[in-house]
Amino acid sequence: MADVNTPLLTVEDLVVEYGSRGKGFRALHGVSIDIKPGECVGVVGESGSGKSTLGNAILGLAPVTEGKITFDGEDISHAKGADRRRLAKSIQVVFQDPYGSLDPTMRVGDILAEPLTVAGESKDKARDAVAEMIERVHLPAGTIDRYPSEFSGGQRQRIAIARALVRRPRLIVCDEPVSALDLTTQSTVIDLFIEIQRDIGVSYLFVSHDLGVVRRICHRVAVMQRGEIVEFGDAAMVTSEPEHPYSARLLLASPVADPAAQAQRRQNWLALREEDNAAAVR
Amino acid sequence: MSTTAIVQEDADPRASKRQSIFSRFIRTPAGIISLGVILFIIAVAVLAPWISPQDPNYVDLFAAKAPPSAEHWLGGDSTGRDILSRLIWGTRTTLWGALITIVTALVIGAPAGVVAGYFGGAFDRAASWVSDAIQAIPGMIILLVVAAGTRQNFPLLMATVGVLLTPGYYRIARARTLTIRNEPFVAAAWVAGLSHPRIIVKHIFPGVYAPIIIQTALAAGIAMGIQAGLQFLGIGSANVPSWGAMMNEGFRFMLTSPLLLLWPSAALGVTIAALAVMGSTLGDLVRVRTPSAGKKATAAAATANAAARAPATGAFAYDADKAAVRVENLRVAYATPSGESEVVHGISFDVAPGEVLGIVGESGSGKSQTVFSMLDLLPSGGRYEADGIVISGRDVAKLPAKERAKLLGSEIGYIPQEPMSNLDPCYTIGFQLMQPLRSVHKKSRKEARDIARAMLERVGIADVDRVMKSYPFEISGGMAQRVLIAGAIAGQPSVLLADEPTTALDVTVQAEVLELLRELQDEFHMALVLVTHNFGVVADICDRVIVMRDGDIVEVGEVRETFAGAKEPYTRDLISASLDGAASRRELDEEFAGKGANAQPAAQGA
Repeated sequence: MADVNTPLLTVEDLVVEYGSRGKGFRALHGVSIDIKPGECVGVVGESGSGKSTLGNAILGLAPVTEGKITFDGEDISHAKGADRRRLAKSIQVVFQDPYGSLDPTMRVGDILAEPLTVAGESKDKARDAVAEMIERVHLPAGTIDRYPSEFSGGQRQRIAIARALVRRPRLIVCDEPVSALDLTTQSTVIDLFIEIQRDIGVSYLFVSHDLGVVRRICHRVAVMQRGEIVEFGDAAMVTSEPEHPYSARLLLASPVADPAAQAQRRQNWLALREEDNAAAVR
Repeated sequence: MSTTAIVQEDADPRASKRQSIFSRFIRTPAGIISLGVILFIIAVAVLAPWISPQDPNYVDLFAAKAPPSAEHWLGGDSTGRDILSRLIWGTRTTLWGALITIVTALVIGAPAGVVAGYFGGAFDRAASWVSDAIQAIPGMIILLVVAAGTRQNFPLLMATVGVLLTPGYYRIARARTLTIRNEPFVAAAWVAGLSHPRIIVKHIFPGVYAPIIIQTALAAGIAMGIQAGLQFLGIGSANVPSWGAMMNEGFRFMLTSPLLLLWPSAALGVTIAALAVMGSTLGDLVRVRTPSAGKKATAAAATANAAARAPATGAFAYDADKAAVRVENLRVAYATPSGESEVVHGISFDVAPGEVLGIVGESGSGKSQTVFSMLDLLPSGGRYEADGIVISGRDVAKLPAKERAKLLGSEIGYIPQEPMSNLDPCYTIGFQLMQPLRSVHKKSRKEARDIARAMLERVGIADVDRVMKSYPFEISGGMAQRVLIAGAIAGQPSVLLADEPTTALDVTVQAEVLELLRELQDEFHMALVLVTHNFGVVADICDRVIVMRDGDIVEVGEVRETFAGAKEPYTRDLISASLDGAASRRELDEEFAGKGANAQPAAQGA
């Protein structure tokens, strides 16, 4: 964290196309975003908006057709093989599905040690690091001897977070990490994300469809629609007084847990829908 | 310390549940018997030189076609050789041939399948084409050609059989790999810095080997069958004893000495049967993770439960004759290996016509089980009992299953959580909407079509003609949910049950669907029971709400009152967990920074 205002990650005019060039499906149309050290940047949008594709492109799981991804001054847009594996030290991931993201045939301890032993750490060192991370995500020490199937969704997500943390990365791509969890579990896992960020200064790219979650955890947020960013700004502002009509529609569509406020919000939403329909007719 | 102890303590029984497939395999009767037979056969083959009573090729002309005797336990063959000895040495030939076949098929097929499934691309296309081509080739002709061309070279022939069996391994390995390849843990391993070969060894292989072993048991049986067939046709040296050649000889003298055919046929039959049983037993063990509960255990648990029953939770808000739905003391239980486990412990509630009742709770609270019981659609192993489930004045819990099923689609409409998996991809939307109208409501084709069209229009689908002709995969998730709603209301039910109807949808679509449900419910004056975990949805549409926790109702109330001042702390926790109006990250950080600043001087002072 040399300079807090120099971005850790910059994405410039990113285009991702699946299938053959020109004929394939274009998931991202020139997306630009930046993340500073210790910052959490949210990406919200509906399914198919390209929000997960953005995270996957940064992780090297989606092809970069055009544009540039720079991490800590290094162009990683087309990092392959050994270069990409070297990045594993710095960029990590937490996926949405707490059931599919942990290999069911391995013990938790082995799952967590794997990224370290691959990097050539000794077994003793790996064991210590794993024990520390287990403690950091508030799971009992006995966790390491058990299998993923013995844990609930929230506990599994804690294990996935611990795995992302063991190599002390500087950026974690979080792809809908709390969407599959119960509400009360969701808020404790969000608190854990915030606590870890404060402790070790890691940055997050936080992909979600839930504006409430994004408001809680993100400093800035980008709203995506059909492969483009329509609004990018302060999270508290975008989630309360959005500028772009699409962001407004997203906000009004998410119900609030308060009958009176929700009745009001629904009225506004219906009015906005009327307007849109009228505009469509014209 | 105490937490650690607890964790380790209950880790033990869980660990025993996770026993290896092998130890569960030898505990089933079919498993231990088939394994015993195969081990016996292998032992016979290995020990042949020592246990065979005579040289298999020693000719004793007096023993020609001799019946079983003390000297020749199974008698002699047509040229006077000892049948038992030939059978024992034939076991060697059979197993050796099967081994060559299996190793060939395994070594070529399995790695090719894993690589094709993992990397895809050109290799996948080429390998799949070759695999299909091998399957299309008439195997016996190839084998006869190879036999003729190589002067009946036995190992080469068996290896050829192996190549012919390669597609079996290739397809299984490829399909399993494809499935695992798409699991997020493989992507996570890649992001963690594992190379592709390492991912294949560490993460793909453990998921592929079980079906490969099963395939091997079955393929070994097939290999032995083909081998015997070739020998029966006279391929192979006459001096090497083999079961197939013995069967050929037995076939020639079938009418005069039927025993000549019996012995080798029995040996081959028992061996192949043992392999087949072993394969299918392994297959069952891999597919079913936990053994199903015995009936005794279920009954014992049921009585035990009955003794320790707590009174029902929940309450009624209306008189029995005013309610559209009245559920009294509903219990749901599932059979588990250690007896029956109750997931809903006696709940009572009711809904008036035209009212929207929300059932909220976290996963495992029993909210969906409640709806499934009302629909009589509990998954297998599940069972419910109730003092009454009265829907529109009839106690449906006392109706026979057939009568009960008729209510679905007429009295009771159901909207599921996953719209896509609740539509059959093989039929058009129109057909799926018309089918229940025709079979349940006995409408003519034209009437059914008119109703279906009207309903689709009613749920806000603009292009009705196109949607009627579409298959489910041609429409979006939101559209699919509208179609299901159209289907649910087509029979004009008095009660609509919706299980998390908007959870799988985007928020904008969710808002549309909730608005639609509100309109329809208003228009048809239905009682709507809506299961959800989202308090925003409750605030949006529900009149009353039930809060469930661990199979009990902890709170019932009017929505406005519940939100204004919930009686139960659990309800308040749930409502406050929704993050609406909660502090934003900036506010949290400011608060945190403030605390840090305050705390420091204090520490210095101390």
